[in-house]
Amino acid sequence: MTLEEIMNAPAPASQWVLEEDCRESGLEPQDVLTVMRDRIREMRDSVERGLKSDAKSITGMVGWNAKGLWEAEDRLNAPLLKRVQAYAMAVNEENARMGRIVAAPTAGSAGTIPGALLGVADHLGISDDDLVMPMVLAAGVGRAISRQMYISGSAGGCQAEIGSSAAMAAAAVTELLGGTPRAAVHAAALALMNTIGLVCDPVGGYVEVPCVSRNAFFAVHAVSAAQLALAQLESFIPPDEVIGAMAQVGRMMPLQLRETAEGGLAQTPTGRRVTARMEGRED
Amino acid sequence: MSLLDMIGPVMIGPSSSHTAGACRIGLISRAVLGRAPTRARIGLHASFAKTGRGHGTHLALVAGLLGFAPDDARLPRAFEEARAAGLEVEFYETNLGEVHPNTADLDLEGEGVRARVVASSTGGGLIEVIRVDGFQVAFDGASPTLLLKYRDTYGVIARVAGIIAEDHVNIATLTCNREKRGGLALMSIQLDAPLSDHAVRTVAGLSEMSWIRRLPKVVG
Repeated sequence: MTLEEIMNAPAPASQWVLEEDCRESGLEPQDVLTVMRDRIREMRDSVERGLKSDAKSITGMVGWNAKGLWEAEDRLNAPLLKRVQAYAMAVNEENARMGRIVAAPTAGSAGTIPGALLGVADHLGISDDDLVMPMVLAAGVGRAISRQMYISGSAGGCQAEIGSSAAMAAAAVTELLGGTPRAAVHAAALALMNTIGLVCDPVGGYVEVPCVSRNAFFAVHAVSAAQLALAQLESFIPPDEVIGAMAQVGRMMPLQLRETAEGGLAQTPTGRRVTARMEGRED
Repeated sequence: MSLLDMIGPVMIGPSSSHTAGACRIGLISRAVLGRAPTRARIGLHASFAKTGRGHGTHLALVAGLLGFAPDDARLPRAFEEARAAGLEVEFYETNLGEVHPNTADLDLEGEGVRARVVASSTGGGLIEVIRVDGFQVAFDGASPTLLLKYRDTYGVIARVAGIIAEDHVNIATLTCNREKRGGLALMSIQLDAPLSDHAVRTVAGLSEMSWIRRLPKVVG
């Protein structure tokens, strides 16, 4: 299963993903959907528990953030944003206090899909029954990613893990809101492309791809940060130490990943082709 | 790797590789022993040793040894549950060489039985058993598995495969390793479906067999 195949499937993409997976596993589609429905209920339970609890995690570093945000005044008047953030944190705080959660695709990234998919559904008044097929699509996108890449932070880096969950969530939300298979898969790719971390990888060295879409993503990122801070959430690591950590990671990165167009998106087959064309040569 | 691995498993946090995977390693090791363990010495390698405490790895391994699934609410209280069940556990740090960083070496004792299992947690709750009683194996707990200890003799593998075929079950993977020609050997067979009791008895009845274990699916 590749993203390309999902993108070119007849709509809805989730139906193709389900049939393709069942052909391989020998499972009946109905059985997969039944389990998927259970997992949505489990996600919902973990969101509810997480929003209510302020019990500390094992280490005592987190545990009250989701409840704090959920109960805080919404000064941005952005209920969707707040809901998505609070749901996501609720699940991961449940995880941190050894509560019951659904790994999606991992436990460390378990909050992203319920945050995005359940958050959007609740904001718009969509029932859980309508989330089953988008969840199947999320799983299919996860499968496609895991064909090429490690999806655990320990093997692929943190952004591989959280980026995968974001890509899965992006595709699911897109299908839920009527997007085509093509739109859903491109939503996944955009989300993934913006979780490559500190890497500066402009295609051909031009400040265009991925820079333009990254500005859109990070504008939301900035508003997210403000939303959390307005609800009295604080960075556990002191701000200057955060800068220090970032500087350290930057120094540890090879030169190819620092705006030289010698790594990351700039060195994908498409990136290299565009570069060659700009320079008037064949790649 | 199916859709249900990507949205799932349902588990007690905090880490699919350190907690859910560790619990499944405990579960499969208990099945290899063939009964409830009364004593466990568990060696933790690399990341399991270094970051296991914060990730509940110790609790999850013990929970699995007690027969709890990764989503069992008793998992965080596994140490108390072990005391109540009469299971004595001891952990130590070990170096298993060139294996996955999340690997555990379990030395188990039950009434009259002993087993040694080395297994890795490879991410997202998936596992890989790499050694049983000193023999190299390769199975992942994602399908029913048959473990056979037998005397290495001409035709044993074919006879076992024949019995499985007659039972209309397909073999997914099969590994064999022996200590020396004509010596003891260990075979692990991953099956597409569980074998019937009759077929298991027939395999166990072969004159070369010294030990047989039917392991359940613990992943997926």
